[in-house]
Amino acid sequence: MARAWVFGDDLDTDQMVPGRYAPFMVGQDKFHTYAFCDARPGFAKEVRPGDILVGGENFGCGSSREYAVAALKKLGVGAVVAKSFARIFFRNCINLGIPAIESADAIQIVGDGDDVTLDVAAGALRTPHGAATVRPLASFAQEILSAGGVIAYLRENGDFPRV
Amino acid sequence: MTRTLAEVILSRVSGRDVRAGDLVIVPVSRVMVHDSVIDAVMAGLRDLGRERVWDTSKVCVFVDHAAPAPTPVVADSHRVLREWVREQRIPTFYDAGEGVCHQIMVEEGYCEPGSVIVGSDSHSNSYGAVGAFGAGMGATDVAVALALGRTWLRVPESIKVDFTGRLRKGITMKDAIMRVVREIGTDGARYACVEFHGVGDLPQGDRITLAGMTTEMGAKAGIVVDTPEAPAWLRPDPDAHYLREVSIDLTTLEPQIAVPPRVDQVVDVSVAIGQPVDIVFLGSCTNGRLVDMQQAARVLRGRRVAPHVRLEVVPSSRRQFELAMQDGTLQALSAAGAVIGSSGCGPCLGRTGGVLAAQEICLSTANRNYKGRMGSPDASIYIGSPYVAAVAALTGVIDDPRPYLEATDEEFDALVARRRGERPERGAASSRSGDRSRELVMASARSGPVAEIDD
Ligand code: SF4
Repeated sequence: MARAWVFGDDLDTDQMVPGRYAPFMVGQDKFHTYAFCDARPGFAKEVRPGDILVGGENFGCGSSREYAVAALKKLGVGAVVAKSFARIFFRNCINLGIPAIESADAIQIVGDGDDVTLDVAAGALRTPHGAATVRPLASFAQEILSAGGVIAYLRENGDFPRV
Repeated sequence: MTRTLAEVILSRVSGRDVRAGDLVIVPVSRVMVHDSVIDAVMAGLRDLGRERVWDTSKVCVFVDHAAPAPTPVVADSHRVLREWVREQRIPTFYDAGEGVCHQIMVEEGYCEPGSVIVGSDSHSNSYGAVGAFGAGMGATDVAVALALGRTWLRVPESIKVDFTGRLRKGITMKDAIMRVVREIGTDGARYACVEFHGVGDLPQGDRITLAGMTTEMGAKAGIVVDTPEAPAWLRPDPDAHYLREVSIDLTTLEPQIAVPPRVDQVVDVSVAIGQPVDIVFLGSCTNGRLVDMQQAARVLRGRRVAPHVRLEVVPSSRRQFELAMQDGTLQALSAAGAVIGSSGCGPCLGRTGGVLAAQEICLSTANRNYKGRMGSPDASIYIGSPYVAAVAALTGVIDDPRPYLEATDEEFDALVARRRGERPERGAASSRSGDRSRELVMASARSGPVAEIDD
C-alpha cells in the first residue's frame, strides 16, 4: 500500500524543486526537503517511501534539472504514474531508477491521498475505486530499472542494454 | 526515401537505417556541461567508476548559470568544477563572464552540423541552429555520455514548421517562434524534433532563437533546414513524413507576448497593451545578442527608462558584449539607465543579478515564464521581443513597438508621455544623483559612441 499524491497537467520541474533550492544553492543534503515547497507545502515531510505520484499530461516539463528527480528518489517516491511525461524527466526517472509509467486513466480514477498498489506486471494501479490501466515499459527501460538505474546497469554490464 | 532530418542524422550516426520510434545508441560529437549540474555529473562519473572522460577534446565546460558566483555555496561548486577541468585536462573551458553555453557553442563553432550533441541543459536544442542534433539531458545521462562517448535515443517523430513571407519592421524571429509555441503548445512537440523550413538563410542568431525555443514545446531537438553551415547530405527527403505541419506567414505576424505563467499562453501585443511592468530583462540565449541589444538601443538611444522601471541588460557572450561596446550600443543602453550585467545567463533563471521580488512584474526577452523562474514565485513574467522590451522599459507598460519605430521625435515623446501617464502607480523611482552629468552622457549617446579619449 502506498499513498497517492495527485497533481495536474504540465507539472514543471520548477514546482518540484524551485531553482532557488537547487543542491547548488542549498547543499546536497537539503535540497530534497524543498520538494514541492511552493506547489504542495508539507509534501517533503509527509511523503513516505513507496508513495506514488499521479499526474496528467506532460508531467515533469521544463528544466532538465535532474535534481528534481533526485529529490523524489531521496524521499523514496516509489513510482510516478502520469498520462504523459516530458522527455527529459522520463529519462531522468529511468536513469535514477524510479519507474515512470504512463496511464491514460489514473488521473481520473485516483484521488489524492488514496491508498494505491502499483502492479506493473499486471498493468494495473489499484485504488479503492477500481483499477487504472498502466502501460508496460519498453524492455530497454525495464532492464535499467531492474538494475536500479543506468549507473548500476552500466557498472554491472559495461554497456547499454541492447536496443 | 521518406526520411525527416532527424531520421537522416540518426541513421547516419548510428550506421543503420532508422525510423521514428526506433531506439538507437549513437556516438556524440560533443558533450556540453555547465556549472549548475556539475556536482551531479561528477557524482555520476564517480559512481560509474570512471576516472576520466572519454575524449577531453570533445568536452565543453561552462560557468554561466550562476556566474559570477552569488553565494559561498555556489563559489565552492565553481571551485570544484575548475579543479575537475584541470585534472581532466579539458582544454575547452569558459569561466564566468564568457557567456551562455549555447551562444558560445554555436558562435565558436563547437556544433558540427549533422552530429549528435548532448548537453546538460534543456536548451541544448539550440545547436540545431547550425544543423546539429542537440539534445538536453539530465546529469546522469551527461555523465554516461562523458564516460562512453555515446548515448541512447529514441528516434523522434518530426513536426515541420514552414515559414513563408518576410518579417515587417518591428517584428522579429522571437515573435515568430512565440507564434509557433502558441500554435503547438508546451507539450505539442513532446519527444519530437521540430524542423524549420524557409529560414536557413537567416542570421545565425535568429536561428538560435528558433532552435532553442523548441524546448518550450517539449521537443527533443529543433533543427533549421538548409543553413549555410550544413553539408549537402543534411536535408530531409522531399516526401518525408511529419507528425504535423505548421505554416506561419511572417508577413502578417504581429508582435507576440507570452502571458504568465505559461509560455504557450501567447497573445498578439494589442491584447496586452497597457500592462504595467516593474523590471525589464534583455538577455539570455534566446535574445542577448548584438542585434537584440541594437534593437533595444534603437528605441532607447538618447532617452531614459520610465521613472519606476528598471532595465537589466545581459549580453549572451563576451563576443556579443564587446561588439555592443564597440558600436556604442551598450553606451546608449547604459545612458538610458540600464544595468549591464556580465555575459552569462544572468537573471534568466533567478539565481544571480536582478532576482524578482514578490508581486513584481517583469517583461523578459528570455524563454520561460514559470512561476518562480526568475525569483519569487509571486512575481509574474511576460515574454516578448527586444523591441517590446525596450518600449516597456521606456514607458513602464507593454505596448506595440511599431508606432515608436515609425514616429518622428515629437510623436515619439507624445506616445511615451501618454503611456507613462496611463501607467498605474507602482514601486518607487530611484533618486538619480548626478542627473546633470547624466544629461551630458545621454547627449553623447544620442550621437553614437563617445569620441576617443586622447591621452
Ligand atoms: S540563458 Fe536562460 S535559458 Fe539560456 S541557458 Fe541560461 S538559464 Fe537557460
